[in-house]
Amino acid sequence: MSYLQYRKLKNILFLGSLYMSALIALLPLFLILQYLILKGATSLNLDFFLHDPSPVGEAGGGMRHAIVGTLYMVGIGSLISVPIGLLCGIYLAEFGRGKTAKILRFTIDMLTGIPSIIIGIFAYILIVAPLQSFSALAGGFALSIIILPIVTRSTEEILKLVPTHIREAGLALGLPRWRVIFQIIVKGNFKSLITGIMLAVSRAAGETAPLLFTAFGNMYLNFQISEPMASLPVQIYTYAISPFDQWQEQAWAAAFVLITIVLGINLVSRALVNNKMIIGQSKRVINHTRLIRKKKGN
Amino acid sequence: MNSSSHKLQLSGDKKYLLSFKSQDSLSKLLLRSVAWTVIGLLTIMIILLTRESFIAIEEFGLEFITTSYWNPVLEEFGGLAFIYGTLVTSFIAILLAAPLSILVALFIQEVCPDWIGKTLGLLVEMIAAIPSIVFGLWGLFFLAPIVREYIAPFLRQTFGFLPIFQGPSFGIGVLTASIILAIMIVPTITSLCREVFKVVPSHQREAALALGATRFEMMKIAVFSPSLSGIIGASVLGLGRALGETMAVAMVIGNSPAIVASIFAPGATLASVIANEYAESTSDMHVAALCLIGLVLFVITFIVNFIARGVIWHYTRKQGNR
Repeated sequence: MSYLQYRKLKNILFLGSLYMSALIALLPLFLILQYLILKGATSLNLDFFLHDPSPVGEAGGGMRHAIVGTLYMVGIGSLISVPIGLLCGIYLAEFGRGKTAKILRFTIDMLTGIPSIIIGIFAYILIVAPLQSFSALAGGFALSIIILPIVTRSTEEILKLVPTHIREAGLALGLPRWRVIFQIIVKGNFKSLITGIMLAVSRAAGETAPLLFTAFGNMYLNFQISEPMASLPVQIYTYAISPFDQWQEQAWAAAFVLITIVLGINLVSRALVNNKMIIGQSKRVINHTRLIRKKKGN
Repeated sequence: MNSSSHKLQLSGDKKYLLSFKSQDSLSKLLLRSVAWTVIGLLTIMIILLTRESFIAIEEFGLEFITTSYWNPVLEEFGGLAFIYGTLVTSFIAILLAAPLSILVALFIQEVCPDWIGKTLGLLVEMIAAIPSIVFGLWGLFFLAPIVREYIAPFLRQTFGFLPIFQGPSFGIGVLTASIILAIMIVPTITSLCREVFKVVPSHQREAALALGATRFEMMKIAVFSPSLSGIIGASVLGLGRALGETMAVAMVIGNSPAIVASIFAPGATLASVIANEYAESTSDMHVAALCLIGLVLFVITFIVNFIARGVIWHYTRKQGNR
């Protein structure tokens, strides 16, 4: 075999291994989805969404309480974190050169890297221990710390893409800076900002670790913010490590629902992003200009 | 038009309560105070975690990370087994995930047609979106039996002379946890590697091909070697994610605080012991010890993320200078 043939063979082998690696990397995704559909979707029925758990051994029962709990706590988390995250992202993108911005960027990096279980401990120390009770509030607070850095990051990334001439155009119209930021730049990129927020929320909806000893979980429907609250992920965990077949089946059904919610939000929000967001901004500036011209003309 | 654009007026048209300049400094001040709130949050987190674990630090001191005796009933705590478990599972996970991710990233960036690459990238990112509890559930009921029936016997037969591949496998254990972790961090490393490969200028690839290199040689010389530091940074970030992963690991590792050479044996990690014991901890010392475990985990992930950040920052600066 000549040297050239040897090199070509190596090339073909390498390309083959690239195809293989792509297959191997995607294999778990398909296996998980297939297994979830096989075991989860089959044990799913209407009762699952409409009823609270029934005692072991009794047929029926569902996870209404956990679905409501997940939505409830993710709601609390978003209420706390989305405004703060947006403002931090705006600060980093628009005033991102100072010392504060440097420290903030570092903080956000660290918050992203902190294991979620430590966030759980933090929420426990800060809220559960003083109130002496597991509560939905603590769970929501823990989730808010998960959401915060993701929203901040995505906001910063998106706003950084806005070309400077759009800011300059706004300033040239005689607008104060904060109006340029909020009425032109933020408004023009609203859709992509929403995408970032939705991705963060979908991530928080699937978190288990920070809820284990903050919201803790219970077995009935609860709307009280100061009481323990069930959530889909924690419920899956409780059921999965239980010895009852019926509960394990429910865990699969819950996992199926959870992954439908999470992947659903994820895909929908990705589909929402359009790459032509810059056009949106230009339109905005043009509209403003037109308006001012009209007024001046009159 | 809508009301917000209607409000838009030039400064001369109307008297404002504040001049534009003070409006701007006020809004900047508000933004900055929000920023400091968030910075304060992280500071409080560190302070509280340290304060809560203080009695454990006082009681055990450095012995906490050098002994592996963990007994909540007798209130004797040593965390070495958990540190060992965390490091070993993450290390095996990186060994499995990094080469695979690099190959996938190369495949997507260099070989695929554009639309296939995009779809593939999306699918890989879908893996990252799967909640870790689902990974845990799948690992417990699907992967663990496979490890017990097929992977462990195969490894024992082939590499059985090494102590790490000896002993019985119950399905749940260090190896299963590592495989789950590897699956979970593949998307992280892949997408970062793709970013790294993207910035390699295409004339570099063309130059290699023009010299007569095969595609494999081109990727080796023109894409892989110049982005090596970026790839390392990506892997270290993946490592950081693996270190802190809790639920999936807690469900499949078996939770036994012992240092055993065999990777088939059950183990425990820093995160998994907190997840298992925190809600049921009875004594103050137990809580403090678990908080100290959290603090150790925090410090480890902090260091790892810091290194990754440094490598990537260095890398992007180098790219920028080109």
